[in-house]
Amino acid sequence: MSNFRSWLEKFIFWAIRISGYSAILFVIAIFLYLLREGLPAFSEVPLSNLLSERWYPNEDLFGLLPLLGGSLVVIIGATVIAVPIGICTAVYIAEVAPPWAREILKPIVEVLAGIPSVVLGFFGIVILAPYLRRALDLPTGLTALAGSLLLAATSLPTIVSVSEDALYSVPKSFRDASIALGVTEWQTIWHMTLPAARTGVLTACMLGIGRTVGETMAVLMVTGNAPVIPRGISSLFAPVRTMTATIAAEMGEVATGSAHYHVLFLIGITLFLITLAINLIAASVVFRKRQRAERILS
Amino acid sequence: MPKEIEKSAHSSSSVSRNRIQRAGFLLLLGIALFTVIPIFLIIGVVVIRGFQTLTPEFIFGFPYNGMKSGGIWPAIVGTIYLVLGTALFSVPIGVAAAIYLSEYAPVNRVTQIIRIAIITLAGIPSVVYGLFGLGLFVITLKFGTSIIAGALTLAIMNLPVIISTSEEALRTVPHSFRVTSISLGATKWQTIHRIVLPQAQSGILTGVILGLERAAGETAPILFTVAAFYLPQLPRSPFDQTMALPYHLYVISTQVPGMPEGIQYGTALVLLILVLGMNLFATVIRSRARARRQW
Repeated sequence: MSNFRSWLEKFIFWAIRISGYSAILFVIAIFLYLLREGLPAFSEVPLSNLLSERWYPNEDLFGLLPLLGGSLVVIIGATVIAVPIGICTAVYIAEVAPPWAREILKPIVEVLAGIPSVVLGFFGIVILAPYLRRALDLPTGLTALAGSLLLAATSLPTIVSVSEDALYSVPKSFRDASIALGVTEWQTIWHMTLPAARTGVLTACMLGIGRTVGETMAVLMVTGNAPVIPRGISSLFAPVRTMTATIAAEMGEVATGSAHYHVLFLIGITLFLITLAINLIAASVVFRKRQRAERILS
Repeated sequence: MPKEIEKSAHSSSSVSRNRIQRAGFLLLLGIALFTVIPIFLIIGVVVIRGFQTLTPEFIFGFPYNGMKSGGIWPAIVGTIYLVLGTALFSVPIGVAAAIYLSEYAPVNRVTQIIRIAIITLAGIPSVVYGLFGLGLFVITLKFGTSIIAGALTLAIMNLPVIISTSEEALRTVPHSFRVTSISLGATKWQTIHRIVLPQAQSGILTGVILGLERAAGETAPILFTVAAFYLPQLPRSPFDQTMALPYHLYVISTQVPGMPEGIQYGTALVLLILVLGMNLFATVIRSRARARRQW
């Protein structure tokens, strides 16, 4: 009986251990799979074609620049909107708001994180885009700007909640010391608390931007999907097409194993690497901070 | 008396400094409201324009007339199947991985690599999961566009949420519980199974529901792995295609010209109720568990 029990215990341990390692397995599997399906693109499509300015797969024109540019415009737009608003909201919730207001605001921001991106996209089509068209007198409201606004909404919950945590982790004694020196709370926030929490706030912004890079449905639905290389600030008010939207829109109709199929996987590899880089940098900041804290505590 | 001290301490510069502070706080409040108001706007618009559509015929009916009439029952059922399928794959692996990280994993390089892998999984764009699911499950493993291919794809996407929230729940169980149990002669697994897991179960449940909530609302991973534009019957096996709520909303708001607005808003509302309902459920479980906690 006890033999059986120790055998069972061993079996369970191994099952648990394999599950623990599964995350590594899945990351490697995903990356290898993307490579396997994406790398043939380089042998099928000449590099000059991939780096050209036209994305028109029906005529075998696979220029990736318009898609990269489209993603870039929408992401920069979203960052410019979401970062200041997110940080200020986090500062208000963590430093200024009375406790009851905090208890109301925090769950509401979490609700925003829960709204599916397809619902945001739907809202963008029926309300936001027509409004932008009328308000800015544009030929169409389905523009990079509409995409930026919705992406800002998807990244705000991340930016707000992670920055908030960073602000909470600043010891109260820092603030007390600052106030005791006769500095107002307002100055304490901007010159003491926020600088002390800056790595956490930076991490928050990076994670938020990481989310905007990968966002698909909302962008697919509201940016108008025109693969044009953006030039200057005016491209914010014109339709663009992002990398994610291109995959989502075209993968369903493409023949498996064709050059077009391989190029779409190549775009997938690009997205994977960009988000990987952003997340690893953000994670290394968190890891380093934890190690430093452990060194100080031990 | 404190007021007088305050007054006497105020020089003219501190009065203006106070004024700046008050203006600044007001500005911050305004920005915080600016974050919150669009949320009410989005939910408000969908609720007000959608709730008239929510009749029993709409919820339990099949679509007909090119989806311009009838209900969305196949899409609701499809999403429920997908969520259950996702849970079937992701909950056991996710909770086991969390147990490994919290109870067994040594502090070393490998464990750190596992954590980095989890962070990486969490950051991979949903549409890339869609590509992976299409390549591996639909084409290579020959599952075809099917519920099982979509559920497996969503399950991998969900793992990081379930692992990290469950691990956090396990770690909040005090260390002394484990020491006491081991000292009474229980084995490590008995301790985990009888002592640690029951104490952490509501936290784990919260994490699982939050993960599945994401799975219910995601569109990009199921675009090429499950979703059917229109099916006249309910799926009969895990290897069937199915309609799904988020994909249905995408289709009827972009691909079908002349779609009646009521059906669009109604579909969006049903999806919102499902997703935010799960969110609320998770929040209630969490706060209840916190109130009941005995340590």
